[in-house]
Formats: sequence, structure tokens, C-alpha cells
Amino acid sequence: MFAQHFPVLPIVLPLIGAPVCMLLARSQLAWLFATLISGFSFFISIVLLLTTLDQGVLSYALGGWEPPWGIEMRVDVANALVLSVVTGLSTLVLVYAKQSIDKEIDRNQHTLFYTAHLLCLAGLSGILSTGDAFNLFVFLEISSLATYTLVSLASDRRALTAAFRYLVMGTIGATFILIGVGMMYMKTGTLNMLDLAARIAEYDSNRTLNTGLAFILIGVSIKLALFPLHMWLPPAYTHAPSAVSAFLAGTATKVAVYVMVRFIFTIYGAEYVFHEMGMDVILLVLAIVAIFNCSFVATVQSNVKTMLAYSSVAQIGYMILGISLVTSAGLMAGLLHIFNHALMKGALFMAVGAVLFRTGSADIKAYYGLGKRMPLTMAAFTIAGLSIIGVPLTAGFVSKWYLVTAALEQQHWLIAFLILTGSLLAIVYIGRVLEVAYFKEPADPTDTTIKEAPVLMLIPMWILVLANIYFGIDTSLSVSAADAASKWLFQPAADLGAVR
Amino acid sequence: MNIWSALEPSQLINLSIIVPVIGAALLVFAGKRPNLRETVSIATAVILFTLVLGIADNTFNQVPMATTWVVLLSGLNIAFSVEPLGVLFALVASFLWIITTIYAIGYMRGHHEQNQTRFFCCFALAISTVMAICFSANLLTLFIFYELLTLSTYPLVTHAGNEEAKRGGRVYLGILLTTSIAFLLFAVLGTWVSAQTLEFTPGGVFNDVSSSGLIAVLLVLFCYGIGKAALMPFHRWLPAAMVAPTPVSALLHAVAVVKAGVFSILKIAIYIFGIDNLSEIATTDLMLYIGAATVLLSSFVATTKDNLKARLAYSTVSQLSYIVVGALLASSIAAAGATLHIVTHAFGKITLFFCAGAIMVATHKKNISEMVGLGHKMPLTMIAFAIGALSIIGLPPMAGTWSKWYLLVGALEQDKLIIVAVLTLSSLLNVAYLLPIPIKAFFTPAEPNQQPESWTETQHTPLPSLIAIAVTASACLLLFFFPQPIIDLINLIPGVSTEF
Repeated sequence: MFAQHFPVLPIVLPLIGAPVCMLLARSQLAWLFATLISGFSFFISIVLLLTTLDQGVLSYALGGWEPPWGIEMRVDVANALVLSVVTGLSTLVLVYAKQSIDKEIDRNQHTLFYTAHLLCLAGLSGILSTGDAFNLFVFLEISSLATYTLVSLASDRRALTAAFRYLVMGTIGATFILIGVGMMYMKTGTLNMLDLAARIAEYDSNRTLNTGLAFILIGVSIKLALFPLHMWLPPAYTHAPSAVSAFLAGTATKVAVYVMVRFIFTIYGAEYVFHEMGMDVILLVLAIVAIFNCSFVATVQSNVKTMLAYSSVAQIGYMILGISLVTSAGLMAGLLHIFNHALMKGALFMAVGAVLFRTGSADIKAYYGLGKRMPLTMAAFTIAGLSIIGVPLTAGFVSKWYLVTAALEQQHWLIAFLILTGSLLAIVYIGRVLEVAYFKEPADPTDTTIKEAPVLMLIPMWILVLANIYFGIDTSLSVSAADAASKWLFQPAADLGAVR
Repeated sequence: MNIWSALEPSQLINLSIIVPVIGAALLVFAGKRPNLRETVSIATAVILFTLVLGIADNTFNQVPMATTWVVLLSGLNIAFSVEPLGVLFALVASFLWIITTIYAIGYMRGHHEQNQTRFFCCFALAISTVMAICFSANLLTLFIFYELLTLSTYPLVTHAGNEEAKRGGRVYLGILLTTSIAFLLFAVLGTWVSAQTLEFTPGGVFNDVSSSGLIAVLLVLFCYGIGKAALMPFHRWLPAAMVAPTPVSALLHAVAVVKAGVFSILKIAIYIFGIDNLSEIATTDLMLYIGAATVLLSSFVATTKDNLKARLAYSTVSQLSYIVVGALLASSIAAAGATLHIVTHAFGKITLFFCAGAIMVATHKKNISEMVGLGHKMPLTMIAFAIGALSIIGLPPMAGTWSKWYLLVGALEQDKLIIVAVLTLSSLLNVAYLLPIPIKAFFTPAEPNQQPESWTETQHTPLPSLIAIAVTASACLLLFFFPQPIIDLINLIPGVSTEF
């Protein structure tokens, strides 16, 4: 009986947990509570993923109101996969946050941090599980508002301007999405995704729907920081508390990628978006420019957090590239990279946060000689960095392999070559940090306060690092889930309707 | 010969890869006690050699050996299977590991190097990856361990930790990673997409090579992607890596790393393209002449170098291209010569490097101009140097004679007179840049400001190092008189034969 409510639990649990967290005035207590809530959501997500891999789609009518009139929660392999990534990373970040935020957030705002984190998690889970286009917008706003709060919590005053910038851009994006959804509603009279799909399929080409799609794609592109709409992201990730950067880099933009996939493949249908409107070329070009431009910008950053932020924008380019190939294999590579990128960027931001915790700085000068002083942290940075580069036996290699194969199957030789050369830039920006960490002498050799990070930060960091290696060797789970998800998304929308 | 006959034959492959890793782990624990640590090193090396001997024995008896580790990607495994070419390379590498370990013990102590445990550890890991490269059953496995070899040798190259070592390491990693990701991985993926298999197959994997421009491109990508073969213009990493301690230069840059490169090229020529098909590929001649140009140009550069290790490094670049040329001549006898050259050059070049290291430990001399008259002080070392030099040149009664002989016969058989001319001219250049060193050492009187009368070779050169030099120098001689076991092994390789 209880299990039938699983599709809605990853939303409801953190949503109810957030105000409770606020009431638990003590930081320790709030931490424990938030971690438990998040961990339980993760458990449910895994169950959902396994169930959907086995049985296909799970539909849940909220409040007992049957769709398409009520709000439907609809979990298939695609969102169950991303849901597991989000809740899993959230749990690890919460474990990590306990000590990390001590240095970066004012003591009396700790409970606020956990509250906002849970709200953000609820919003993200909601975006992923919902089967209703307007509901998706609502959850998007919940998660975004919580995110602005999280970024601004950092005691560094520059975080305030970064958060404000993020707020302005994010709100424009959200408004665009709302306008787009409104236009779809105007034309079709429904908000349920499957109904939308069925009714849009009746139109060959329609100006209102086209405009709606344009609004939605631009709005989502702001949210997922697609080049050239990414300028809000680097300052936000740089000045946010490290735990927040680690969480957002692996989840927030990735959920936006998921939203784009949903709108393109499930609602409008690949045929409509790519053949009628020619979006594939636009996305392809932007993705490649993102990979090169942002990787290059990353190589010249002196702040390591900013560097990783630009690297994230570049990595989003890889995901969008996969989508723009318009094949099941390409989409699968993009989805797989969502999963793998969360593993590597999470680990990297955690390592950077650990350095920040000990040295108080994210500048590359703080890394001088750290190889000896913080060996475990720097080893984690090294392995996760190798994964970003795409060295074999790491998760990054698996993503890259499938992405290039997908490009080659379409005879896109140049694109395949560009993907590979793009990863060479990652060698440069990761290598810079490693070189100073292992070869430079520390600026102040007598400073004994700089030592290995606390255990509670190392454990989640190393879980992610080991996951990078594990999913680089045993790809059966990640690949089969991404594969099933892309096949599921790629079938024509009419077939999806028949399932219900 | 097979003391492991009680074991299941395929287990020998697993053991030969795992034993060095176990050795490396034990080294960490024995790190505090140098004598115990060195015992572990030598014991591991000896066990590994007996394992490879067992594999060789099975190969002669036509016992098939294969094992699969994990299914990495759909249809792609990390898998190993034994074929004669790999056995030959494994025999050379594992035997010379024993000798180099003995040598390194003397050198590292005599030279008072720091971080010796890390040194021996990385050394063992590098050998493990070399074994995996030897026995890899498909291109993916080869690629993975090729990359791991680069990474595991990086700490060895930068062992000194100073500015020069850092610069050398940057070039080393930069060129090897760049070429392998941009070209080799691209070629592997291209092969996968066009041939639908990556298994090493006797006769090659492509059905029809002549008409396809794609395969012509793949050949170029493979030749340049395997940067370890140091084909010009991607040879700069090899001289740069000479900042490493001499035993590293000796084993890794005269034997393991560079030979892993040319071995991969041979293996791809034989098992991916097929020796017989090579002549039909449009770009074979292009790469052949680039190889020939590398042979000559780097010989010329070698004549200008006064630093002994730098001269030897350029000599290695030149000799490696002999093997590339042999592989690309598309003749079974030239391929046999190339295979044999892996063995004979290994013994010759390692002798030279050992001597260079012994001179450095005993007299702290690095430049050739300072070694005038040194033969009177270090007769044993200089005699060994002369033997090694003669073998590299290819004069009887040294082992190098045979490989150059087969290469010349192969070139003549294919009517490639330019190649014949290049090989001959290069041998003359070898004489010009190698022989003056021992000649001036013996036939010029020692300068008065050199070591005092009482200075003796045995007193200042570590005994283990002298033993190692004696073994490799005599091997150069012995392999001239008794090459038959090796030639028998070469004749087992499909498509390769020393007969007309």
C-alpha cells in the first residue's frame, strides 16, 4: 500500500522536512534531520529506478484526481535516473556540509541553509517527477528561489551580488518558460504532458506553438547555462558556499537539461523540434562553442572554483551536443553524461571546498605544495580531474566513448574530432592545479594549520571518487539506465499515450 | 621451463599483471627498511619473469590462453589473450626488469636519490601495465593500459621534483596524452564504428582496405596517435623525459615505454590492418617515408648532442622508427626484422644507458666531451659501452646484426631502394655518433686533472650496477650466436616470417 506512494515521496519528504528543519533551532540537529530526509529520498529514488527499469512507467494521481484533470506524477527511467543522481548527491553533500559550512556560513544561519537545501531538493525532485507542464514551472521556481538563498548565504559579501545576478537571470528564464507554457495552453487547452504531446502531434506547424517552443527553449537554456546565456553561473558557483557549489554543479543545471529533453522529446517530439524548426543545428553549434570557449576560459582562471564553474558550462556543452545529434545513441550519451558529470564535478567541488576549509582561499596560490599537506584531498582532486579529462577506467571516459561513437555513427567525423580535442583543454586546466600542488613549495612552510581535511568531508568526497572509478569499470547500471531512458524518450509521443 | 605447469594456463596472464601490483603494495609496507624493500623488488621481478617463461612455454606448445576481466562497454571487454608477439615483448620487458632493478639498487643508493620507495613502486606499476599491453586482446584494452602506462611513469620522469623535471614532465604528459586522446582514441573509435570489432585478429579486421579512404586516415591516426613510438614531429617527449633517473631512462625509455609504442604499432599493423593488406592502403607509403625521415633526422640531431643521455635519446628516436619502417614495409620478413629489433635494440640501448648512469654515479660526468680518456679509469664500463654501441650499429658479432639484416632484406624484397639507402646511411651515422665515445675513452690519454691514481672503477661504481651492465652486454653477444629461440617465436606470429 505504502509503495504506491513512492513516486511522490521524493518531493513530499523534503518539502515537509524543510519547515521542520527551520523549527529545529540547533545546527547539529537540523543537519542530522536533513541528512536523514535526503538519504531516505535517495533510497526511494533507487527503488523507483529499479522498478521503472523493470516495469516501465509509474503514474501517480496527486490527491486522487485522475489525469489529465488533476496533477500527475509520472516517473519513467529517464527521470528516475536523474532523480537518483540528485538525491544521492544531495545526501553526500549534506554529510559534507556539516563542517564545510562552519567556515563559510554565519553560525546563526546554519538552520536556514539546511531548510533552503531541502526546499531546493523538493523543487528539483518535483521538476523531475511531474507530468504536468505548469506544475513543472512551479517546482522550478521553488528550487530556483531556494538556490538564490543558498548562494547568498555565504559570508563573502560578493556572494550577494552573484546571487542577485543569478536571481535576475533565473527569473527571466522562468518567465520565458511560463510564457511558453501559456502559449501551449492557449493552443491546446491542456497542461498534462502526454495530452500536450498528443494534441501537438496534430499540428504540422503552428506559429503559436513555434513561438511557445522558442520561449521555452530560451528560458531553459538560461537555466541550464547554455553558452552564451551562461554568464550568471561562474560568479554564482564561485562565491556560493562550497557545499552549495558541489550540489548545484551536479544537479541544478542537469535538471534543467532534463527539462529541455522533456520538452523536446516528450512534449513536442523530436520530429517537430528538429525537422520543423531546425533546432538541432543551433544547439549543435552552441554546444561546440560552449565546449571550446568555456574550456579555454577555464584554463586562464586564477580562482579554482571559477575554473570549475567554467568547466561545468563546457561539460553542459557535451550534454547538449549529445541531444543535438538527434539519435537515440546521442541522447543516451547526453543522459549518461548527466550522471557521470555529477560524480566528477561533485568530487572536484568537494575537494576545492576542503582546501577552502583549511586554507581559507580558492585561489590557485593556496594550492602550492598541497600534495604533501593534504594528500587525500589532492588525490581525490587528481582522480576526479582525470575523469573530467576522460582517462580510461574513469566515468568520464565512458561518457566520452558513447558521445564520440554516437557522432561517428552519423558520420560526423569533424564533431567527433572536436569532442576529443575539447577534452585536451581539460588536461590544461586540471594539470595547472596538479602541477602547483605537487611541484611548488608551499608559500609559508612553517604554517602548521594546513593539514588534511576532516574525516566527515573526506568520506563523501571519496565515495564520489570511488564511484568515478566504479562507474568507469562496471558500466552496466549507468549505461543500461541511460540506454533505456533514451529509447523510452525516443519513441513517438503517440505510443507514450497508449501506455496510459 | 614452465615451473607453473600446475596452474591453469590462462591464470598465468592474470598473475603476470597482478604480481607486480602486489609487489608494489608490499614495497609500500617495506618502505622503511631498504634491504627488505629491495629484496621484495627483486623477488617480484624474478617471479614475474618465471611467469612469462611459463606463458612462452605454453605458446610454443600451442596452448591457448585467454581471459576476460570485465565487460566495459556493450560488446567491449577488458580482455587478454596470448599471441607470440606479445610474449616476445613480455619476455624482454620482464627479463630486463630484473636486471634494471639490480642496477637501480646500486644507482639509487650510489646517487643518494630521495623517495626511493615511491620510485620502486611506480616502477612496478609501470611493468604491470606493460604486461597488460603485451597480452591485450583488443584495441580498447591496449588503449586503456597505454594511457595507464603514461600516467604511472609520470612520477618517475619528474622524480627529481625540480624545475627541470617539471618541465620535462609537462612535455612528456602533454605530448603523450594529447596524441593518444586526439588521435589514438579517435582511431580506435573509428575502427570500432567501421569494423564493428576491436579484437586483434590475424590478417586484420577490415574486409576491404583498398577502396576506403577512411582506413587510410585511420592508419595515419594510429601512427601518430601512438606517440610513444616517437615518430617525428611528436618525438619531443623522449628527450624531455631524460631528466628522469638513469634506471628509469634505461628501462622505461629504452625498453618499456618506447617499446610499448612500437609494439602497439606492430600489433596494429599485424592484427588490425594485416601485413598483406598494408601495401594496398593509400597512406602506407607516406607514413613509411615519414618513418624513414625520422630515422635520418634524429640520427643527425644525435651527432650534435654533447650530453650523453640526450644523444642516446635521439638515437632511440631513430631506432624506434626502424621498427615503424619495418612494420609498414608490408613484407613478412621486414615485419620479422622489426619484431626482432624490439629485442636487440632493447639489449643494446639498455647497456648504453646503464653505462651512462654508471659514469654519472662514479664521476658525475654527463657530457661526452668530459669522457675523453675515461677508458683507463673505467675499463669495464667502457668495454660494455663499446659492445652496446656495436650492437646498435648492427655489426657482427652483436645481436643488432640480425634485425638490421632482416629489415634490409625486407626493403629489398619490396624494391624500396630509398629505404635501403636510408637504413645504410643511418648505420653510418650510428657509427659516427656512438663509436667515438669509447674510442676517445680508450685511445686518448687521460687528462691530468681527472681522478687521482688511486681511484678505481670498482670502488666508485656500485657493484650491483656493474653486474647489471655485464649481463646486458653479454646478452648482446649471446643473442648473435643463439638467436634461434627468438626467431622460432617470431615465426609463430601470423603473417610474419623470417623465410622468403
